[in-house]
Amino acid sequence: MNDKTDMERQATAAPAIELKGISKAFGPVQANKDISIRVMPGTIHGIIGENGAGKSTLMSILYGFYKADKGEIFISGQKTDIPDSQAAIAAGIGMVFQHFKLVENFTVLENIILGAEDGRLLKPSLAKARKSLLKLADDYGLKVDPDALIQDIGVGMQQRVEILKALYRQADILILDEPTGVLTPAEADQLFRILGRLRSEGKTIILITHKLREIMEITDTVSVMRRGQMTATVKTAETSPAELAELMVGRKVLLRVDKVPAQPGDVVLDIHGLRVVDEKGVERLRGIDLQVRAGEILGVAGVAGNGQSELLEVLGGYQTATGTVHVKGQALDLTGKQSDGQSRRNHGIAHVPEDRQREGLIMDYHAWENTAFGYHKDPSYRSGILMNNAAIKADTVEKMERFDVRPPNPKLAAKNFSGGNQQKIVLAREIERNPDLLLIGQPTRGVDIGAIEFIHQQIVALRDQGKAILLVSVELEEILALSDRVAVMFDGQVMGVRNAADTDEKELGLMMAGITDADAKIGV
Amino acid sequence: MDVMPKWAEVVLVPLISLILAAILSALVILGIGEDPVAAVKLMVSGALGSTYGWGYTLYYATNFMFTGLCVAIAFHARLFNIGGEGQAMLGGLGVALACLYIPWPHWSLALIGATTMAALFGAAWAAIPAFLQAKRGSHIVITTIMFNFIAAAVLNYILVNMLRPKGSMDPATARFPDATKLPTLHDLLAPIGINFSKAAPANISLLVAIAACFFLWVLIWRTRLGYEIRAYGHSESAAKYAGISPVKITMITMIISGGLAGMMAINNVMGESERLVLNATEGAGFIGIAVALMGRSHPLGVFLAAILFGFLYQGGAELALWTSIPRELIVVIQALVILFTGALDNMVRMPLEKIFLSIRNARAPKPERKPVEPAE
Repeated sequence: MNDKTDMERQATAAPAIELKGISKAFGPVQANKDISIRVMPGTIHGIIGENGAGKSTLMSILYGFYKADKGEIFISGQKTDIPDSQAAIAAGIGMVFQHFKLVENFTVLENIILGAEDGRLLKPSLAKARKSLLKLADDYGLKVDPDALIQDIGVGMQQRVEILKALYRQADILILDEPTGVLTPAEADQLFRILGRLRSEGKTIILITHKLREIMEITDTVSVMRRGQMTATVKTAETSPAELAELMVGRKVLLRVDKVPAQPGDVVLDIHGLRVVDEKGVERLRGIDLQVRAGEILGVAGVAGNGQSELLEVLGGYQTATGTVHVKGQALDLTGKQSDGQSRRNHGIAHVPEDRQREGLIMDYHAWENTAFGYHKDPSYRSGILMNNAAIKADTVEKMERFDVRPPNPKLAAKNFSGGNQQKIVLAREIERNPDLLLIGQPTRGVDIGAIEFIHQQIVALRDQGKAILLVSVELEEILALSDRVAVMFDGQVMGVRNAADTDEKELGLMMAGITDADAKIGV
Repeated sequence: MDVMPKWAEVVLVPLISLILAAILSALVILGIGEDPVAAVKLMVSGALGSTYGWGYTLYYATNFMFTGLCVAIAFHARLFNIGGEGQAMLGGLGVALACLYIPWPHWSLALIGATTMAALFGAAWAAIPAFLQAKRGSHIVITTIMFNFIAAAVLNYILVNMLRPKGSMDPATARFPDATKLPTLHDLLAPIGINFSKAAPANISLLVAIAACFFLWVLIWRTRLGYEIRAYGHSESAAKYAGISPVKITMITMIISGGLAGMMAINNVMGESERLVLNATEGAGFIGIAVALMGRSHPLGVFLAAILFGFLYQGGAELALWTSIPRELIVVIQALVILFTGALDNMVRMPLEKIFLSIRNARAPKPERKPVEPAE
């Protein structure tokens, strides 16, 4: 392995990957326009850009999912056609997707040979794979238990399996699509160490991300994409986050949220001893106590899947629970007939759900239909026994204008808006109801930087009107930027609550990994 | 951002599908040594060439409108109600009971009463699988199919053991009283000077079916209930978020769906045979699935598709009567229509989208788009 890479390094001064003039249109949308990149072997190249800038399309072309309308791909100086992913693998390209493509109830080893079995019988392939797996683990410091089931290992480990899968297929070029989205800060650091090791072993890595921090931390060069075009390629050492952000959005961006200190008022949301047991009998929330006051933002941090979703679902009225929840002194019904989204809204709770495409919006509904979603029984939307569609449309036009939804066309289906604009539609619907309590989950997931700024401003403005806000996010940066107080959840429990001003990513990161206050103080 | 204009979507796609189905049907007819052109002529003249033919076409179409609407409304909630057949059978029982045991003074009152009973019986028959789905998670496709068989068996038992007049050998009820006789199209059109065939069974139920199409359109697209039904059909998780109860929507949708299927009985039981016989539905409940598929679950589409299938039914019967083309082949033709309009939709749609796309691109050439470079 080492010989080969050494040889290659000497033999070729050619870039590991070179794209020349790649263009790709989907119907009227030009997803990639005349894109050219050169990535030298043994480097990490970052590709950064807003959602919908065309990063994923470009990588899909490289991995053979799409065929470019125009342009050429050179691998190590050789012009290469990549009609499908098999060809990409043959050309030495490996891809680690944002959503892992692993079979949950297969072992690590079985997943690694999946699709690369040598013959009809599994046993010889497995034995061979086990050998090379151990060698790979040695070469790159990628230790995994080959016989563990995927469902039993953590997310960071699963990602490692994905990387091993690519390496097992002799990939010299690794593409990672938003690899840290599901990782704790500590796991992300570990991933970066692995990537650094791979680089030093001569592998070429393309890292797609929208997080500026990661680009600054690990890459050698970075390309910025905007609206399907490559706006710049720079050496990471010679740029700054602010410059990159500006290149991404095309204008200056506030990376920090401007806000005055909170003026907390009375307790609006009072949660006590909240427990949730799911259908499989697993306890998802194990006794949550939390309070949110008027005029403050309580951020709930934690790695995805530690009970934050269930907390939002209970408060949103579509998950039964035990314990007590009071909103402005009134108890919420947690199990009975009154435990649904409608009565929660009547209690003055608005909810921007974590997954706008699955919950917050009906993707096939027009924007105006979505504006009424959840509030479709509101008297102002009614005319007799019928819905007053004209009134809803008029309301939508106004909301779209105030929240700068683009394009401002109420008759466009939700699925045809970009992620940021979809989120603005949800946000406009929920915030303009003037709620006492706003639940907001992952407010900027899949949202472009320009829209992030706007959404953050709206949330802070609502706080300054004296509303209580419960913010759930897996982006620690976002939590720290927005929250007045931060609660960290781990394994269905609140590990602790901190004032945002008195804490930092390191402390929160430890708590997110389940290390308790006491442990953290001793410094474990 | 839709690629095709709406008219192409709703007119062109089904039309091309139909033409493809027709070409294949013609090949099949050629294959058994008959003349497809003559067959088409015979179908058209038999089904549309006379008021008698029209009378039958519209009679069948009325059945299919009810069962098509039944499937369509369920589709909107993403429920697949295959039980239209059984629900229509039970609707027939409701009509029979209403007509036999209540002394109606006038047909109009009888129609209202019978419609209500038909809808109630059909709805009740659909409510059981709906409940099992909503509360117990039993899949509605399975339960509604099974309920078709149960309905047939129940009806068999009731007709033979309870409703059969004493001394009759026929497993059917007695003839309904004259006061329940519905006016046929002949009766309705005579006052305005149109001489419609007396022998054809099409009757005032057709107007009820058309009204049902309209009301369903209002329900689906203009009421809060329709909004909730569609929302639930698009995304159950989103419906829960919005506070729309899946149990409630499943129950209500299936009750409406079953009611519509049941109402078919005013056409075939009350309007045509004027007594309840065994297997009165003759598969109309299943044709309803094809009608709803072809009509894209839109009431107007269901209306048009129902008339098309009425034509196929009546034309097919004529073919079987006057040529040596067997009745089974008519079923093949219907199956081809279903296959092309329902299942193979994308086969037509995709190439069509490409054509529209290239037309659009040709019309509005982008400045940065250069003409295609010559191949190397």
